[in-house]
Amino acid sequence: MNPDWINALMGGAVIGLSVSLMLLLNGRVTGISGIINGILTPAKGDTAWRVLFALGLIVGGFVINYVKPDSFMGQLATSDFTVVAAGLLVGFGTIMGSGCTSGHGVCGISRLSPRSIIATVTFIAAGVIAVYTFRLMGVLS
Amino acid sequence: MKNAIAAFAVGFIFALGLGVSGMTQPQKVVGFLNLFGAWDPSLMFVMMGAIGVHFFTYKVIRQRTSPLLASTWQVPTKKDITPSLIFGSVLFGIGWGLAGFCPGPAIASVASMGSRPIMFLVSMLVGMYFFKLADHKFKFKR
Repeated sequence: MNPDWINALMGGAVIGLSVSLMLLLNGRVTGISGIINGILTPAKGDTAWRVLFALGLIVGGFVINYVKPDSFMGQLATSDFTVVAAGLLVGFGTIMGSGCTSGHGVCGISRLSPRSIIATVTFIAAGVIAVYTFRLMGVLS
Repeated sequence: MKNAIAAFAVGFIFALGLGVSGMTQPQKVVGFLNLFGAWDPSLMFVMMGAIGVHFFTYKVIRQRTSPLLASTWQVPTKKDITPSLIFGSVLFGIGWGLAGFCPGPAIASVASMGSRPIMFLVSMLVGMYFFKLADHKFKFKR
């Protein structure tokens, strides 16, 4: 099997374990867009865990960067305008659609939520069509 | 406090999983979505690995009457397929394809100190704020 596939499968299993831990300990789904969005609308007693979760992601990122810096290779060569437009779409879209790859794609599908299955199929299909279109337009190589 | 420490641990482990899996490399994400070109299927295995674990752990954990560090479960129960769900997912998918970042990897990638992940993350937060403003006016979610 292709080593990239094995890494993907193992990394995926680690992600599966981490969201299981969130459920077992805090009784919550690990929907990253939702957790972050909650920081933008702070409610008393409901903000610290969200900030610490984000901090955990960043500290984890530093560890990856130290152990295996090539994990952050493969950045795209698109314009700054493209990056900003994409960020706006992802922020707006994930909140409007109540979830992203983690909340819908991992947690929701694992409990066979119809909403999450439909959302995941939709954002992957939209991503495939977008990449096809942006490559035709020359925005992506 | 315990919940916050637990959340930190979950975020930390999640990021390690992202790094190992290849999700923090936008070119791989675009390669996965490039179904009609030189398709790179590897990231499909990330979902298979994650769901393969959580499908079973979810069932086992939910046998308990309550979580370990909280009194109640806070798992979404909505069932209705709404226009917001679909339209929002379409917008997210377009942005995901355009930058190769979804929210988790974008946050973890801030640690690389690269300007692109940081620029993406700030724009994403602004996008979330824009939705809040738009929702306040148009009541998408009612």
